[in-house]
Order: sequence, then C-alpha cells, then structure tokens
Amino acid sequence: MATTDAADFLDALTQRLGPERVLTGAAPMAAYESDALTAFRARPRAVVLVDSAEEVVDVVRLCAAANVPFLARGSGTSLSGGSLPVHDGVVIAMNRLNRILEVDPVRRTAVVEPGVVNLAVSDAAEAYGLYYSPDPSSQSVCTIGGNLAFNSGGAHCLKYGMTSNHVLGLKVVLPDGEVIEIGSDSLESVGPDLVGLFVGSEGLFGIATKITLRLLPKPETYFTLLAAYDSLAAAGEAVAAVVASGLLPGAMEIMDNLAIEAAEAAVGAGYPLDAEGLLIVELEGEKQQVAAESELLLEVVRRSKPYLEHIASDPDDRMRIWKGRKSAFSAVGRLSPDYIVQDGVVPRSRLGEALTKIQHLGEEHRIRVANVFHAGDGNLHPLILFDGRVEGELERAEELAGEILRLCIDLGGSITGEHGVGMEKRQYLGEMFGEADLDAMRRIRMAIDPGELANRGKMFPDAEAPALLSHAPHPLEAAGIISRE
Amino acid sequence: MTGAPSRPGSAAEVAEAVGGAERIVPRGGGTKPALWSVEGAYVLDLSALSGITEYLPSEYTVTALAGTPLADVDARLAAKGQYLPFDPLLVEAGSTVGGAVAAGANGPGRLRYGGLRDFLLAVTFVDGRGEIVRGGAKVVKNAAGFDLPKLMVGSLGRLGVLTECTFKVFPHPESCATLRVAGMALDEAIEAAGRVGAGAVEIECLDLAHGLAGWDLEIRIGGRSFALDARLKRAADLLDTDVSTLSDDADARHWRARREFGWASTAASVLKLPLTPATAGALEQVLADLDASQVARVYSAGIQQAFVAWPAERVADLPALDRALSEAKLTALALRAPAEAANQPILGHRTGGELLRRVEQALDPAGRFGRL
Repeated sequence: MATTDAADFLDALTQRLGPERVLTGAAPMAAYESDALTAFRARPRAVVLVDSAEEVVDVVRLCAAANVPFLARGSGTSLSGGSLPVHDGVVIAMNRLNRILEVDPVRRTAVVEPGVVNLAVSDAAEAYGLYYSPDPSSQSVCTIGGNLAFNSGGAHCLKYGMTSNHVLGLKVVLPDGEVIEIGSDSLESVGPDLVGLFVGSEGLFGIATKITLRLLPKPETYFTLLAAYDSLAAAGEAVAAVVASGLLPGAMEIMDNLAIEAAEAAVGAGYPLDAEGLLIVELEGEKQQVAAESELLLEVVRRSKPYLEHIASDPDDRMRIWKGRKSAFSAVGRLSPDYIVQDGVVPRSRLGEALTKIQHLGEEHRIRVANVFHAGDGNLHPLILFDGRVEGELERAEELAGEILRLCIDLGGSITGEHGVGMEKRQYLGEMFGEADLDAMRRIRMAIDPGELANRGKMFPDAEAPALLSHAPHPLEAAGIISRE
Repeated sequence: MTGAPSRPGSAAEVAEAVGGAERIVPRGGGTKPALWSVEGAYVLDLSALSGITEYLPSEYTVTALAGTPLADVDARLAAKGQYLPFDPLLVEAGSTVGGAVAAGANGPGRLRYGGLRDFLLAVTFVDGRGEIVRGGAKVVKNAAGFDLPKLMVGSLGRLGVLTECTFKVFPHPESCATLRVAGMALDEAIEAAGRVGAGAVEIECLDLAHGLAGWDLEIRIGGRSFALDARLKRAADLLDTDVSTLSDDADARHWRARREFGWASTAASVLKLPLTPATAGALEQVLADLDASQVARVYSAGIQQAFVAWPAERVADLPALDRALSEAKLTALALRAPAEAANQPILGHRTGGELLRRVEQALDPAGRFGRL
C-alpha cells in the first residue's frame, strides 16, 4: 500500500471510531504484539478497540476495501499463537463487546457477544441451575470469541465435548464484510453444518459478533477420586480399566511426578509427593446415579492397586484437587525460566507408549519434560522445560517439541487436541494431512476469503513466519492469572 | 458417463465415478429417497462400499465405510456394551453410515449426549472435483485444520460423497425404562416436559407424540440398573399425574418403532424440523392454517426437533407448506418424499446462503452434486 493510501486508511478508521480507539504508537500497541505463545511477536499497523458489532462490520469492510489483513483478538490467551498480529495488519480488540444479551432457562441457551469471558457465562447461568460446559484452564480470562475460533477444550470434554459441541447459532462478518447468520436456537439443524465449520476455523473465515451457546443443567453432585501410583504406566492402566468398565466419567486426568511436585509447591493441593503417577477421576450427575457408579468406580480403581486413594470429602476438597491440577502448568513453569506446552493427542490405549517415548526423547535432547494430561481423551500436555539463555537449549527444545508432534501423528493421533494449529504448529499440519486434504481446506479458505485477509498466515504451512524470540511465560501467567492446560 | 463402475467398491472408484459424471447423487441404503431422487442425476449406489474397518472399544471409536448398514455397526457395538449416542434413524430399514451423516438425522436419544455433529470424528469423502479428501482425526479429541467432518453432517450428498466415517461411541446405559403420560394438551405437555427437563434426573429421550386422544409425553431414563427405580420415581414425582411405565423389551420396542417411523404411514412424506419448545407453537399454527392439525407428528429429543408425516394424498400441498414454513421462519428436511417433491429436500426458511455458496464453489465448482 502506498504511503498516502496507508494514511487514508488510518484516517478512515479514526473517522469511524474516534482517535482514542485507534492505537498506532509502539507503546500503546505493545500489549497486543504477542499472545500466550510468547515465542512470537509482530507489530500491527493499528489496534482498534471496537464497541459494537456494527463497528466490527465497518472495520472489516474498511480493511477489505484497502486490502489490509486483520484479526480479532479477545484476551490473547492463545497457546498456539492464534491471536498473534498479522504484520502490518489491524488487530480488532473485542473485549468491549462483552455483553451477555440473554440467558433463556427454558431453551437453555445464552446469547453472548464474543468478548464475554468464558466463566462469566456460567456465572450468569448459575441462577437457573445451568452452566456453560467447556472449561479451558484460562476460563477466568479467555473470551468466548477466542474459544470459538480455536474450538477450546478443557478437563471436562470427554462426556460433553469441546466448544464446538456447545455453539448453536452465530452471526458472522465474513472477511469481505458480508454479514450472515448461521445455525439457530435449536440443537438440531438442516443442511450442511456451517456452524460446525466456522467453529475452530482459527479466525480464517471472519469474525463472530453474536453467539448462541448451549447451557447444561449443573450436575447435582460430583464424586471426585484421587489415586496415587508408583508408576505412570499403572495410572494409565487404571484409565483403561475405567473405560472398559462401561463408566463414563466427566473427567480423567493424570499428572506425573514433576507436575505433582510443582503443583503441590504452588497451591498445596494435598497431592502425595512421592507418587510417580496421580490419577484424578470425576463422576458427575444426579445423586442416585453417581452413588451407583461410584461403587463400581472404586472397585475398578482398587483393582489397579493404587498405593493411596482419596475421595473428595466436600465441595471445598474437590475444588482444592482441581486447583492443583489446573495450576499445574504455571506451577511447573516455576521450575524453569522457559517452557513450551504441547497439545498432541494419541489413542488412549497408546498413552503409556507415548509417555515412555516422550521420556526417552527428552533424555536424548537433554531436556526435562513434565506431563499433565487429559487421560480420558488421550490429550497429552507435555511441558518442555528449558532455559533460553543457555545457548542451544531453545533449539533443542523446539526440536523435541516437533518430534513429540510427529510421535502423536505416528501413533494415529492429532497434533492438537484443543489449542489449535495457529502459528505454532503450521509446519506439522502437512504431516498430519495429505496434499489433497490441505488443498480442499485451502480452497474453502480462498473461496471464503480470496484476499486471505482474515488472520493471514495462521494454520496453513506455507505462510510466512515471524521471528522466533523466546518461550517466556505470558505476563498473565507470570502473575498467576492464567495457566496453561 | 462411460466405463465408471456403477457400484463402486473403493474410494478410488467413487472418485472415478464422480469425475466422469455431469450430475451425480449418492445413495446408501435408499431409506431417505427425498435425498437421492433427483431428476436427471446419476444415482451412485454405495452399497458395495461396506464394512467396519476399525473398531476400538477402548478408544470409544468405530470406523466404517460409508455404505455400511448402521444395523451392522449397532450389532458390533452392542456386543461390547457400546452404542452410537446420536441414535440413528431407520436402522432396521437399512440406513447406512454415510446416509445418516449426509442427512444429519438423529433419533430421540440424541437428547442425552448430542447428535451426529457431536460424534463424527473423521471423514473421507470425494469432493466435486473427484478428489479424495480426509478431514478430522480418528481420536476422540482433535482441533487440527478446518472441521470438515461437521461440514459433511447434513450436507445431503451435495458437498461430497462420503466414503468412510469415524464416530465416537459411548458405553450403553445398563438398563432403560420409559415413563408415559397419555392424552395431554400440548401446552400442558410442554410445560411438564420443561419441569422434568429442569430437574436433576438425566434423561435419555423426551418425546411428545400426537395421538388420537391428545399428546403422549414419553420420558426415557437409563443408567445403572441398581439406581433406575429410584430415578424413575423421582421423575414421576415431578409429573404429578397418572404415569405408566414401559420396561425392558416394551421400552426397547417402543423407541425402536419411533426411530423406524413406525408411527407414520408408509406412504406419507416424513419431514424433520429443528425447533425449540418455544417454537413448537409456530409449527402447530402452520399446520392448523393448512388444515393439517391431524397429521401424525412427534416433537422429539426434548422438543428440539419435530418429525411430521405429511399425508400422501396431500402431496400437492407441499409447496404451500414450504411457503408457510418460510413465513414462520421454520425449516424442514424431507427425509422421505415422493419423487416430484424431492428435487429440493429443504423446505422453508434458509440461513447462511452466502457462506454455503462459497463452500460449494470450493468443493464442487462444476456443480456436479447440484446446489442446495
């Protein structure tokens, strides 16, 4: 874009939003240059703070007319670099679009703006005995718009699914400024599932401005069991046994010794420090059903011979157990100046094999790896610890990260369970999918956004990459406000 | 078209057939004729593309070729105490894996954990250019790439010909039973349904069936046998009226008949309509305005969808129904309909047109599958 055109474009933005909501200086834009994947940093042309859906539409139309790339940003908690600015593009900051427009207890839906924080939806639904199910560890700050773009998950996805399974209807600004509505208030639909296509498209299809979410009745009761094992494999086998028993727990999580140690030091969850593998299993639902299921669960878990078991005695005890789990990653981060979180998925029955191989790979690369994972759905979260100040460590850590992703692909899994491809895993998408598969996805992208304006450079392997800097913790993470899952 | 196999036995043969066709529509078990009876189109018979390619009970995943009868999948899963939680329709009639996904048709049991969109993990399909495309992953959690499996749910064979699907499966409840209240007024039944739905008891199915004496409210509860009686009683207490109970075989038979459309005349067109308890009244009004208040119908899956049996003798009124539905902002999918009504299986209100057009352009630029 010629200088005069560039100036005209900024003028048009300023005219529409007012000067105080168009940030262009290095200092005010600094907070937007990166997200929770701090390895990457990029300087946008401008950051605009929008107040309404109409403003989003107008900004997108101005960008489209001037051929300027853009992306929407919520709280910037993406672990895959999904909300990293496009160099010289516009960042549309959505946080002010944070109204909960409606909670309907009969339909069990909430209609929200994209800047609403995940946990705020459950808070608003609580009065009706309802909640919003997807629970990413960053749920106290991450926004629904970001959850939607990356199909975020959490610890409780096995039974009720990820974000995608809880979005019913959308109002969307396509990358050329066209506004469409897809889906409805109903759980059912007719015709191709366009809502399903849009969720998890990582911002490449445009921006959702109004979102209808499905709410679930709050479980009447929980049964939370902690079991400690003297090997990680034994904990893994217990998960297999629970699955084989026909039970369907709401969550099944495993932590290894390094993660236990760190979580314990951070929040004092009461975890046994000498355990090599710690299993958390949680049943949820109505009282009679959970009572009947918990007997079977105890029987099955006892057969797996944990050396210690603990049943949450009350809601506070349960919260303490979960607090340890949810803080595990930021806690492990204290053991190391830098770290990379991975998010691969393997078939559940190959968890043990995957963990052993990850351990060997770590030893080979002389890098420590801690493990916390959603065992119920095979979603690993190896945490690769390194010190960026030591020459060569960053490179070795990156190499190890790549080999872990390849391992997941080789075992028949996925490179990402819930963090998305974003900037981080672009080069591995082509290893998971064939050329024809990627080509079909690219064709869809190009048909929807021929100028590749919406979140340009993300997801697809061939896009240009910004400079790799380091793997320092996100500022919110350092402050203990968010954590990695 | 010449030389292309009429009954392809592999994805490559499907690709060959699609590449050589001007206008082509896939057909699985043939149980939903409104989706493949397209004038002038070559009907690609997928029944030879059959077989369960991988079943891993411990992974909660099953993979089958698109022409595999759902009855085969059901039987394999049942032997391991598992099931397809979206509760497919017309299983005994011969419905196939690909047909179910393409129709996006879920049964009453979808209420408990979700529909096809929530349980389809991976797909292989042949797009309109004759390319074999894979999407998703054969594991229960995945966020890599665009969600092509979801796009194929409800695509009606117009975005690609499915050749293989992987589903997430769940353990089947140990036992189930159904509470039934007969002869309610619709308002009363919807209100009672809401009361039970808002209670703590977790429900497998909740249907309102239109009968001669009014509406029958049917609530199915499933889980550990040991706790079932207490839970049935708890739900019945919320109904506060005369309740009968269907157990064991009677319960199973009842819901099987519901899924097989045993309540609709075989000559009738069967339509599926997404709605909510708040919009059921709008459909009732549409039917009343068309003097069709007596047609057989069911509000299913917690009143999230209606199935309407439109009588054979009133086929000529389908265009009027289409217009009335549009005005009421309701949408319908004809699952079963006579050939003359089948060229456009979607009736009533449409959304997302511009996005759909772009996706169609990407996957089927020549329009071989026709446009929705």
